[in-house]
Amino acid sequence: MDFFLEPLTLVTFFPLVGVLVLLLLPSGNKNLLRWTALITSLATFGISLWVLSLFNASNPDLQLAARYPWIAVAGWNIEYHLAVDGLSILLVLLTTFLTPISILSTWTAVEERVKDFMLFFTLLEVGMLGVFMAQDLFLFYIFWEFTLVPMYFLIGIWGGPRRIYAAIKFFLYTMAGSILMLLAILWLGIQQGSFSVPELIALGGIPADIQLWLFIAFAAAFAIKVPMWPLHSWLPDAHVEAPTAGSVILAGVLLKMGTYGFIRFNLPLFPEAAIQAAPWMALLAVIGIIYGAAVSYAQGDAKKLVAYSSVSHLGFVMLGLFAMNPQGIQGGILQMINHGLSTGALFLLVGMIYEQTHTRDLKVYGGLWKITPVFGTLMLIVALSSMGLPGLNGFVGEFTILLGAWGAGSGVLGSVLFAGFAAAGVIMAAVYILYMFQKMFLGPEGSIVEEVKKHGHALRDLNAREIITLVPLLVFIFWIGLYPQPFFNLIAPSVDKLVAILQAAMH
Amino acid sequence: MTTELLIWLIPLPPALAFFLIVLFTNKSKALSHTIAVGAAFLSWLGSMVVFFRAVGEEHFTAFASSIPWLPTGDTWFRIGVSIDPLGAAVLFFVAWTVLMIFLYSVGYHNFGQPKGDHDRAGLPPHGATVTDEHGHKHTVLSVEPMYSRFFAFIGLFAFGMYTLVVSDNLLTMFVGWEIMGLCSYLLIGFWYGKPSARAAAIKAFMTTRIGDVFMLLGIAFLYKATGTLTFSEIFTEETLHVLANTPAFFGLSAAGAIAILLFIGTVGKSAQWPLHVWLPDAMEGPTPVSAMIHAATMVSAGVYAVLRMFPLLTADFTGHGLTTAMSVVAFIGAFTALFSATIAVAQNDIKRVLAYSTISQLGFMIAALGIGAYIAAAFHLITHAFFKALLFLGSGSVIHGMEHGVLHTGNHHVDPQDMFNMGGLRKKMPITFWTFLIGGFALSGFPILTAGFWSKDEILADAFAHGHWAVFITLAVAAFLTAFYTMRQITLTFLGEPRTKEAEHAHETPWTMTTPLVILAVFAIGYGWVGIPEHFPVLGGILPNWFHEFVGGTLLEHPEAVEFSWIPLGTSLLVALGGLGLGWLVYRNVKSPAEDRLQIPALKNKWYFDEAYDFLFVKPAYWFAETFTYKWMDKGVIDGILHFFGKAAAWIGDTLRNYIDSILINDWIADKLSHQWTIHPAARAVRRVQTGRIQQYMLASIGVLFVVGVLVYYFFMA
Repeated sequence: MDFFLEPLTLVTFFPLVGVLVLLLLPSGNKNLLRWTALITSLATFGISLWVLSLFNASNPDLQLAARYPWIAVAGWNIEYHLAVDGLSILLVLLTTFLTPISILSTWTAVEERVKDFMLFFTLLEVGMLGVFMAQDLFLFYIFWEFTLVPMYFLIGIWGGPRRIYAAIKFFLYTMAGSILMLLAILWLGIQQGSFSVPELIALGGIPADIQLWLFIAFAAAFAIKVPMWPLHSWLPDAHVEAPTAGSVILAGVLLKMGTYGFIRFNLPLFPEAAIQAAPWMALLAVIGIIYGAAVSYAQGDAKKLVAYSSVSHLGFVMLGLFAMNPQGIQGGILQMINHGLSTGALFLLVGMIYEQTHTRDLKVYGGLWKITPVFGTLMLIVALSSMGLPGLNGFVGEFTILLGAWGAGSGVLGSVLFAGFAAAGVIMAAVYILYMFQKMFLGPEGSIVEEVKKHGHALRDLNAREIITLVPLLVFIFWIGLYPQPFFNLIAPSVDKLVAILQAAMH
Repeated sequence: MTTELLIWLIPLPPALAFFLIVLFTNKSKALSHTIAVGAAFLSWLGSMVVFFRAVGEEHFTAFASSIPWLPTGDTWFRIGVSIDPLGAAVLFFVAWTVLMIFLYSVGYHNFGQPKGDHDRAGLPPHGATVTDEHGHKHTVLSVEPMYSRFFAFIGLFAFGMYTLVVSDNLLTMFVGWEIMGLCSYLLIGFWYGKPSARAAAIKAFMTTRIGDVFMLLGIAFLYKATGTLTFSEIFTEETLHVLANTPAFFGLSAAGAIAILLFIGTVGKSAQWPLHVWLPDAMEGPTPVSAMIHAATMVSAGVYAVLRMFPLLTADFTGHGLTTAMSVVAFIGAFTALFSATIAVAQNDIKRVLAYSTISQLGFMIAALGIGAYIAAAFHLITHAFFKALLFLGSGSVIHGMEHGVLHTGNHHVDPQDMFNMGGLRKKMPITFWTFLIGGFALSGFPILTAGFWSKDEILADAFAHGHWAVFITLAVAAFLTAFYTMRQITLTFLGEPRTKEAEHAHETPWTMTTPLVILAVFAIGYGWVGIPEHFPVLGGILPNWFHEFVGGTLLEHPEAVEFSWIPLGTSLLVALGGLGLGWLVYRNVKSPAEDRLQIPALKNKWYFDEAYDFLFVKPAYWFAETFTYKWMDKGVIDGILHFFGKAAAWIGDTLRNYIDSILINDWIADKLSHQWTIHPAARAVRRVQTGRIQQYMLASIGVLFVVGVLVYYFFMA
């Protein structure tokens, strides 16, 4: 019993309780199923807050470890090892925070096979939480692959018209990267004699040329997940076809598994290789920033526009991480959270209007601000957060990353041009976000308004449930924007420790 | 209350007003404007208290306090407020102009008038039909449909400006700066039903944001170089010395490079060439917004930023020969001053003339900063804010009066903003006329009386005294043109006889609009008297040169007053009076644009900058986004390669299946063994979920994995 009462074990596997209950419930009673999933996820969020209260922010090391020997055959020591530190605590909280919000957003959007949907969704949460806490490579890999399956079905069953193409593209792409990572994990386990991440870091001593291969193998898996340019093309398809809740989790959490992987594994395990690769990674990141922004602008589909903007935003995160200094990495981690909040909210908002109009084609929209003032105002705030307006969360992250990238210009990145081009991305973000806002909310009334009326009901503003879904996100958008200190407090010590490892490798 | 606490509180009332109106009172027009004007009044009150406490202190340096905000690496980023002499002087004019504009907006948006017949949110009000006691129908001005929203937005705008002014560091200053950018977007596009307003809003936001991004880079650079963004920590002798002696790029010192990057932000915000294109279009917004942007907030913020960064700009200035950074600033300023003055000459829209005059006057200030004339620039910034707010509100009053006439005649083809439709308004709108005249004369630098004379003269005197001939001559010519087009504007608008029926029926505006005009007119005259040079003939020394003494205290080293010389004074007098006189002579008999010989296409079309930018930047940017990156790269190359892999894998899979699988396994083993049993039904079930191809892809993936595994093993492990 003690095993299950370990805080981290409890938070990770608590959703399984919901899965059990869901399995027993009749599939006809949709609301009961929804409430069960929602309460499960809320309880999980509650447990994660308990974890936060136990977390000691000033300690840079892994904490609250649940560590047991698991598989010991043929000299392999695979452990069950969950722990959190400053690199992951916020991501754990983001996961447990976004899951109930996503479930709430499906209340009227998902009517088909509600039971299966909730089952997959709840299972997905287990996988994601495991990814952010596993400290054993083998265990990590299991969680990592495990997240693929529910997402595959969420897209493939509840998705849009091209869901099969999107689901397969998503699955294969991610698989292809993971397989290389698996090889590298096996190499580490065999050659270094351990799968434990902290032990491997302490052990060190991997020759530089082999480090580079291992770095590339891990990076392949993570770069696809992030996604980094030019490996991003699964993302827009997956996002466009996925149901709203799926998009929120995909953008909010699943992409972060990629960036998190870089911080947790690539940087500390292969520091020499990481330093060598940094300018190249930064280059890809900056290309992603500009490219994603440009392509976003070219989209006529609201959801696709938001999807491509993720490529741009995550480019910022990657640039921060590979600046390899405290500002860069702290900004990168905070920007992961920011992106989860802002882009999550954007997907929710686009989904809410889609539910009424069944189209995301920007051409048919226009003049909605008059008709739906609350919707318009919330959209504006979220859009501004996404384009990094000071006073909202996005700016804090982007600014810290720019400081980091500029600071790294003299060291690991070799040029402040990275910061310069990244800053160009800030301008471009304003272009595509305002373009979308303008198309939807300003100007003459779009044809959709009449179209909806023809079906016998007028466009309505957001209802109470929809507002409740968005308010928690808005609270954090403002909180982080105005007073980010508590968030940085959680991140900083562990980042300093990571930077110390990198700096030791530089000399 | 301590002064420091008071400074923290100054920006808050307008922000609070914004939230209160948006969330609670947007249904009630009276409540909304009461809250907004009340908030502006509270901020004004706070600003006045702070200002007079600052003035009252002997050897005042600063009121300041700060708190930790953002951890950056191993240190804390502190944010705080600080009011030094420059800050106090700026606070003074911001508080006054903001309050006046808020009050004016009540009348401008026709509070108390009936709801329009066909008015819709997002379009300017079109008028309402009312029936009087005799049963006659009249069309009268109707109230703005989005009245409350307007007050919410300008509240946020004022918050941005106050935040910028009270900030003690670049970061929160930048926050205020960007909030203003947002508000300009929202307010220029306030009548978003008009395509031109939407386009102008986007243009303003994007153009200024280009500048902002360079500014952000400058901030990052500064932070990297000094480890702080707090003014008082940057502007110490040691820090400035280090920055001045660190080489950066293009032969600039770090100080110069940072100053240039930050200055590009100002080029955007203060609409200097080559980022000036947004400001004239920005008058698509309601007129109080133009006054906000042109006087109280945005563009003044840009000049304020350069004033703030002045020690950085001049860090490697030895007093002999301008540094590269200063030359750049001086060139941009002087060039803009002249260039936009030439455009203003040929504009017929009453607000557009003012818009170009703003750009030109800002050029004066920037040029002054470029040649190191710190006090003169600050002085001109403040006098300009007063008289330009006056002029914009005055032009709004004129337009309002003209709209009254348009509603009376019912001829909606008459543009109430075109000066050629006006004439003779001095009798119809006397208060507007006299105050506009004061504002116009201040802008032209009418000698002795007006504030504009004292500040402009000081810039010219400084340029002359330090031998910056090019700047001196350019600015003198620009000043001449300024006086000329101002008099053209006054003549066409107010003098002579009405040229249209609409002008005949123009009407003076209500007290909420004229009161601010009168108050601002007082400053447009009186504010000049606080900065009369000590050695000025006759007048010098009667009043102390308070402005120089007070604002000079902001800098580490108190700047010296320039010596008096008759040449710049004579030039000042000549260009102002000559320009005004010539303007009157040329235009007193001009009746229509056809008779106006200065309607030169190049000038009317603003030297074709919009067209050139469209061709050089806007169109290629669209092409880059839509065609190059999306169509070619993303759909063509990247997905093309992917689909190639997919097809290749499918081909391998098919080959394996057709030639090995089906022949070897299916025919030989599976068929013979399992056909009769259960595999078929199960396969059908599976096929419904999966497409069938996935196994082939998997097969191919495993094949690849196998090959890679062998290679890795061969190279690294064997």
